[in-house]
Amino acid sequence: MLKILKYSFYDLMRSRWSYVYFAFYLLLGVVLLFLNNDLSKAVITLMNVIIVLVPLIGTIFGVMYYYNSKEFTELLLAQPLKRSSIFLGQYLGVALSLSMSLILGLGIPFVFYGLFESSAIWDFSLLLITGTFLTLIFTALAFNIALSNENKIKGFGYAILLWLFLAIIYDGLFLMTLIMFEEYPLDKVSLIGTMLNPIDLSRTLILLKLDISALLGYTGAIFKQFFGTSFGLIVSFVMLTIWVVLPVLRIVFKSKRKDF
Amino acid sequence: MVSIEGLYKKFGKNQVLSGLDLTINEGGIFAVLGPNGSGKTTLIKSILGMVIPNKGEIKVFGEQVKKNSNYRHKIDYLPQIANFPSNLKVKELIKMIKDLRHNTNEDQRLIELFKLEPFLDKKLGTLSGGTKQKVNIVLAFMFDSPLIILDEPTTGLDPISLIRLKDLIQAEKAKGKTILITSHIMSFVEKVSDEIVFLLEGKIYFKGSISELKTKTNQPDFEHAIASILINNHA
Repeated sequence: MLKILKYSFYDLMRSRWSYVYFAFYLLLGVVLLFLNNDLSKAVITLMNVIIVLVPLIGTIFGVMYYYNSKEFTELLLAQPLKRSSIFLGQYLGVALSLSMSLILGLGIPFVFYGLFESSAIWDFSLLLITGTFLTLIFTALAFNIALSNENKIKGFGYAILLWLFLAIIYDGLFLMTLIMFEEYPLDKVSLIGTMLNPIDLSRTLILLKLDISALLGYTGAIFKQFFGTSFGLIVSFVMLTIWVVLPVLRIVFKSKRKDF
Repeated sequence: MVSIEGLYKKFGKNQVLSGLDLTINEGGIFAVLGPNGSGKTTLIKSILGMVIPNKGEIKVFGEQVKKNSNYRHKIDYLPQIANFPSNLKVKELIKMIKDLRHNTNEDQRLIELFKLEPFLDKKLGTLSGGTKQKVNIVLAFMFDSPLIILDEPTTGLDPISLIRLKDLIQAEKAKGKTILITSHIMSFVEKVSDEIVFLLEGKIYFKGSISELKTKTNQPDFEHAIASILINNHA
């Protein structure tokens, strides 16, 4: 698996898109720091960008890489290699190179700005950790979609729909449910609802860490009670890990049953 | 060395293989023939474990093919359409495949044989179809495995390369290897193969030597023998 990972990673490191992605974050980091001058405000703005953009890029890149490396995959399948190592290697190659673009692209300007002396270092690390989780989750979901759809156009369509659903539509539905059932106690429901969507979960985690939960009103207080504790933090990370593990397991399962 | 029992494969509603039995003994050149869509490539891909059969059992060198990847150490495979990652250089591709399997020096000889030196630093995406096929041949022959599977090896080759390929196949046979070939070029098949396996509608229609086929179909030459099978079965 490590050999496949190595080749996929090198392959992506050569591609122009990895640099574009890296340069984008670099620029974003620099611009935010110069315009804002306030590290924690920059972190909040970054969060808003990352929460939406990272899943989108992860999904698109994942689907694109799978379809583009189809020939390479077929070449590998005839070699004495396990299917699971071929696909997991490719998946990790994509996910790690994207995570690296994110971490380096944002990390470099912040380090130069003096991150290590600032109190925002934990907020910033949390931001990068959730960003990496989101990359791992959405690349895995993208591979799942691509494995199940031979047709490229369909695969891309489903991938975009998935992103749209989790990033935007889910929130809308969630909010409507909360309004419709507002007579009932909803704190548990909203907690569970948040847990079930990795994007919402990441957003809540960061917001509460940034101590602006007062903006969220009563629900915010309940959330703070839950996510603010170490128990809540651990549960959230366990949930994010489950969000990575389940799609990865399906990649292994699906790839073993597929004809090439 | 390869034994297949009751192999069934369906793609959607399309039944490609329906109860195929085949045994291939060690040594010699076997040609798998049949009209388009008769299941030649599916059969080969099933042996390689790329296509997963609905039913049936395949053993290669006594090892079950199902849920196994180890037996592929003993197989060299030349795919039908040589599609390679287009941003890799020829040199890098060869190096990578060697890294994934095991090291060999055989590639040098093959590169010289097919005059590929000027292309080593070129990207695979820029090569012509015939040159790609030569690279494909180098990759397939460089590991010296006891079973070689060639799916349409002649595609896009110029006459000199074709002669070299024939010599190469004969040389491998002389080493006692088993070679499985599919091709639509009947003159090529007639020249190189020892035994014919004729597929029709997902089953083995005929297995035996070329002269046996001629007697069976009452035809003086090989090409007409094959054509008569097709005419009789599709009329």
